[in-house]
Amino acid sequence: MTSEIKALAMPKWGLAMTEGAVTAWLVEEGATLREGDEILEIETTKITNVYESPAAGTLRRRVVAAGETVPVGALLGVVADASVPDTEIDAFVARFQEEFSVEAAASAEAAGPEPRFVDAGGQRLRYLVMGDGKGEEGVAPLVLIHGFGGDLNNWQFNQPMLAEDRPVYALDLPGHGGSAKHGVVGGVPELARAVRDFLNALGIQRAHLGGHSMGGAVALHLAAEEPARVASVTLVCSAGLGHDINIDYIEGFIAADRRKEMKSVLETLFADASLVSRDMVEELLKYKRLDGVASALRAIADASFADGRQSHVLVDRLEGVGAPVQAVWGAADRIIPAAHARTVPAERRHVLDGAGHMVHMEKAGEFNRLMSDFMSMA
Amino acid sequence: MQLNREELLQSYRTMCTIREFEERVHTEFSEGGIPGFVHLYAGEEASAVGVCSHLDDRDNIASTHRGHGHCIAKGCDVVGMMKEIFGRGDGLCGGKGGSMHIADLSRGMMGANGIVGGGPPLICGAALTAKTLKTGGVAVAFVGDGASNQGTTLESFNLAKVWNLPVIFVVEDNGYAEATASAWSVAGTQAKRAAAFGMTAHELDGNDFFAIHQAAGEVIERARDGGGPSLLHVKLTRYFGHFEGDAMSYRAPGEVETARRERDPLKFFRQRVTAAGLLEPAQLDGIESEVRSLIDQSVSLSKSAPAPSPERLLTDVYVSY
Amino acid sequence: MSKKSYRQAINEALAQEMRRDPTVIVMGEDNVGGMGAPGEDDAWGGVLGVTKGLMPEFGRDRVLDTPITESAFIGAAVGAAATGLRPVAELMFVDFLGVCFDQIFNQAAKFRYMFGGKAVTPVVIRTMYGAGFRAASQHSQCLYPIFTHIPGLKVVVPSSAYEAKGLLIQSIRDNDPVIFLEHKVLYDEIEEVPDEPYTIPFGEANLTREGDHVTIVALGRMVGFANKAADMLEKEGITCTVVDPRTTSPLDEDTIIEAVEDTGRLVVVDEASPRCGMAADISALVAQSAFKALKAPILMVTPPHTPVPFAPELEDAYIPTPDKIADAVRRVMA
Repeated sequence: MTSEIKALAMPKWGLAMTEGAVTAWLVEEGATLREGDEILEIETTKITNVYESPAAGTLRRRVVAAGETVPVGALLGVVADASVPDTEIDAFVARFQEEFSVEAAASAEAAGPEPRFVDAGGQRLRYLVMGDGKGEEGVAPLVLIHGFGGDLNNWQFNQPMLAEDRPVYALDLPGHGGSAKHGVVGGVPELARAVRDFLNALGIQRAHLGGHSMGGAVALHLAAEEPARVASVTLVCSAGLGHDINIDYIEGFIAADRRKEMKSVLETLFADASLVSRDMVEELLKYKRLDGVASALRAIADASFADGRQSHVLVDRLEGVGAPVQAVWGAADRIIPAAHARTVPAERRHVLDGAGHMVHMEKAGEFNRLMSDFMSMA
Repeated sequence: MQLNREELLQSYRTMCTIREFEERVHTEFSEGGIPGFVHLYAGEEASAVGVCSHLDDRDNIASTHRGHGHCIAKGCDVVGMMKEIFGRGDGLCGGKGGSMHIADLSRGMMGANGIVGGGPPLICGAALTAKTLKTGGVAVAFVGDGASNQGTTLESFNLAKVWNLPVIFVVEDNGYAEATASAWSVAGTQAKRAAAFGMTAHELDGNDFFAIHQAAGEVIERARDGGGPSLLHVKLTRYFGHFEGDAMSYRAPGEVETARRERDPLKFFRQRVTAAGLLEPAQLDGIESEVRSLIDQSVSLSKSAPAPSPERLLTDVYVSY
Repeated sequence: MSKKSYRQAINEALAQEMRRDPTVIVMGEDNVGGMGAPGEDDAWGGVLGVTKGLMPEFGRDRVLDTPITESAFIGAAVGAAATGLRPVAELMFVDFLGVCFDQIFNQAAKFRYMFGGKAVTPVVIRTMYGAGFRAASQHSQCLYPIFTHIPGLKVVVPSSAYEAKGLLIQSIRDNDPVIFLEHKVLYDEIEEVPDEPYTIPFGEANLTREGDHVTIVALGRMVGFANKAADMLEKEGITCTVVDPRTTSPLDEDTIIEAVEDTGRLVVVDEASPRCGMAADISALVAQSAFKALKAPILMVTPPHTPVPFAPELEDAYIPTPDKIADAVRRVMA
């Protein structure tokens, strides 16, 4: 325990978030907290998630009441050791509020991480980088690879936290997010090549890889092809470990061009379907409306999920991956069965209850710890 | 612009087809077999055929409410047309257009038109397509003397000239806009109006197929070569009323009978080609009898053809909706 | 993705479609500007600058200035569409409809039906509408209900820059005649708009927010006003669903009905005149299809049944406002 006073500030989840609403406090003032304990629930226009304590201590103040909406960066509450006098806590709150202004927060936000673009092997790819690895030499960065139809925003609850230990890159695969939509052909091997080109273009010699769903198969393929460049692989509800795939989801996602269809398709991604918000649906529709997306998704799906099965099963290549591999799954995954995790040794597989295919969003805190611990051991 | 024997035969066949078609619609209408109302082109055949015999499928025409002759001259299927006029499901427009809306865009026939003066702006558009896509096509707007007073027609003169479009305006002046004489309703002359817009114009006898064919050939060729729009003023006689059932009480007694007897375009054509020894009367007789059986066949097929099915009420409003 | 104005979004949509498809042409009065005049080329780019820059890129063969001759050039656009081009014609102000209506409602709208499904007329007519410019009675109307009334036409009323770009690209690619109505007061409104081309399907309403108490259906400029009203009402504990139909033909009836079934109350906001307008039409739809879900009478927020006045005080009193919308919502909640 230290005498440090820790501010709980409104986080920024995703590129578009500017404010959030505190929907509920989960602990009372005076409660003793461990690092990672769930303190409150925050709702953005896109999604609801829990805010976890960044430090151990006592919840000394709840500054924002449930139901209030405040900008990113605003003070939500204060955590400090029980021994810190109330007067100091009050002074801390007063100083914070005096220094904080919406304008300053907005400009800080503008100065915050913005997605960048890189020409990788002739394709323009968008990526977001966070963290500098505390300036330590030789810390391998983490590269996060989303799944079919996803984008770098899928890691919004993970990238900021994981970036406390190392640089974290989240990229948009070809045909996805802000990356080039045209000329996308093929499936996992071609996408793995694009990730390799991405590493080359940014001069990343060796990286930890985190891949979700189809992005997991991409990570695995890259690790098998270029073992020397991969420090570890975390497979999240990953493709590539068996033939089963919920092809209705894939086809439904490709076909959905109306709000209602898209909503029902997205609901299969989550254990808690209520997490699918109007904005989440709208954001995906906006992506799908872009020229080239339909044909890119079609090409990838045809190459990766022909005949309703996964085409690229890489289980027999797990041996060839020198780097340690772990699997994290949502027990309620309705896209790729959690049973596929069994291809990974028991001590390196984690099937989390209360989560579906988007386990890294639904159980962000637990997921982040698993990833962080795994990478520090690797 | 010499016509070879084949072309002469084809032109005569087309004029006869129009005449026989219209005479037959006249009879069938009076017997009650045709719904709605029809406007017949009989007596004006030389204009449609004289102009359209220069055109092919890359060329477009826009017609009027008196459109059967233009349709036939531009190559629309005669049986399909008759079925359309009878309101049949397998008519040229599925029984949804009728006499005033017969069209076949695949033949460059952009439609008869129920709106007087509706065609000229559309034909500027067809000419713009030809010019933009460099198809070499031209576009012809047939209008009556009535439409010549519509703003759309005069605006189209201006636009066609300003944009230098390959357009030919054919003013078919049968002397009457409905029941109003063009001698009263048209200020100035068609030719002087054209001249005011900087367009070449020809005044033509509508009974003289050869004069029309000659003049149309010149202006169409100029338009194809990028020479811009022209106007043909064709004076002719309609043998029937404005619409079927029109008692024509505004016309002089004997007006139509005299015209039929003395200035009929088909008779004129026959005299010219036989006198010049270009065609034999027997050849022309043969064509007439073939045409008669075609029209007979089109009427009997139309009478036995089914009405459109009720669900067709709701189709063809949009490509997708 | 970058911030663009409604005007820039429309211009970008035109430019991108002209690059993609050589049959797309643009025409209208002063769409380039300065034709035949001694001054500079591309002098105007439309009376409010929406088509500026197209002529230098695509040339005068594809960006055509017209004389002031709406009957002729709107008709020419229709005829060109029926013969193989995809013209985007600009009817400068929708009020000028009166001099070219035949070409739109008797010709373009009816070709396909009259010709038994054998005609395709992919013409887009862009036109400015709406009050708020102190432009008085002949330059301020919202005539989209008139087009909506005509079978064969599609009618698009974009409410923001993002909407305008995606809906215009859809309009150009669509194979039916489309009337695309641009609210002149929105031209400088800015929002995030993707740089890439994209399409928004017709007949799919947008929900700009979801609430529990009242459904507000609003069109065009009124969507922003409805959202402002909803912001004010949220502070009073009243939450609203705001439905932007995007297109009045086709109309997304299902989304409107479902939204009313969820909230039980309906306020329809329309800048068009009240009689036979979209507010009346949507009210009738809900009365017929969701009557049992209603907990209160439907309220319409429209201008009065008068021409648009000139004097600023009168015009401000004419146009629906966020306050008037909020008042109507409070009344259906009472």
